[in-house]
Amino acid sequence: MNHTQPQSDEQAIAQGAGHFPNGPAAAAILSAGVGCSLLGILGLAADASKPVAKLLTFYLPTGPLSGVSSLAILLWLVTWFILAKRWRNRTVAIAKVNATAFLLLALGILLTFPPFADLLQGK
Amino acid sequence: MEITLRALVTMIHGMLFGAFFLMMIFGLVVELYRSTQEAQPTHLSARWHTLERLYLFKMVALGWAAVLTGAYIVYPWYRAVPPSGVTNLALYPRYLLKSSTTTAGWHDLGMEWKEHIAWIAPIAMTMVAYVLTKYRLSIREHPQIRKTVLVFALVAFGAAGTAGLFGAMLNKYAPVNGGSTIHLVGKGQ
Repeated sequence: MNHTQPQSDEQAIAQGAGHFPNGPAAAAILSAGVGCSLLGILGLAADASKPVAKLLTFYLPTGPLSGVSSLAILLWLVTWFILAKRWRNRTVAIAKVNATAFLLLALGILLTFPPFADLLQGK
Repeated sequence: MEITLRALVTMIHGMLFGAFFLMMIFGLVVELYRSTQEAQPTHLSARWHTLERLYLFKMVALGWAAVLTGAYIVYPWYRAVPPSGVTNLALYPRYLLKSSTTTAGWHDLGMEWKEHIAWIAPIAMTMVAYVLTKYRLSIREHPQIRKTVLVFALVAFGAAGTAGLFGAMLNKYAPVNGGSTIHLVGKGQ
């Protein structure tokens, strides 16, 4: 019998484990929410502050968008990696994770919408 | 029949990567919704599982290809600054749009929204693809996860659709042009 930790439900079933924890899915869902919200937050920061925009200009022809997107992706992947490690074999409160992820996703969408971002900046 | 290099790359970005990404998300949303309505799970052959994985992988790859080519190839052409003294703004789409109050909104709302919201789609769909691959056999046992995946896929469809719609409209009012000319068919001049 193979005693290594199953990496998917397919392996869990093959090993007779029966149940595959929801931790890996929860980690992916929550980190996706984090990534989406970061796009909005960093985009707003770059729009509101010239020094931040300059700081986020990783690639001059693309401007601040290069830093906004790169940093959001990097932090999304780091969050995913950390959560996936912590929740690999755990069953977590998925309802709370989903609700948080939806809130973060909504925040991300709202902050990327220029009229809303302008409103926050008092433009 | 000719096309400029920039127009061709913009077309590949939008009509190949972007449009196919959008179509594949739509297909997945339909399939996910259908699966929530079926009484008994569908048993697929190993070949179909492989095709399913390939579908998810291609979808995610198209999404990332769309945003990366958009941000790092097409967008720099769009936001290029015209040298002082230049009055013909045809090669400077952003400045062309902003030069008139009737078209400025396409940049201020269209491009400003598109350039950020577009990234939500590949992030969301990467998560969707990962979860559907990881929980291929047991997704029915996790109805909340399945519902979340469906919502994220729907949001990704909306985000990619918004980006695509504004991309098409921006390219209509201020097309990205320039670069070398590629002769396609017929007699060149």
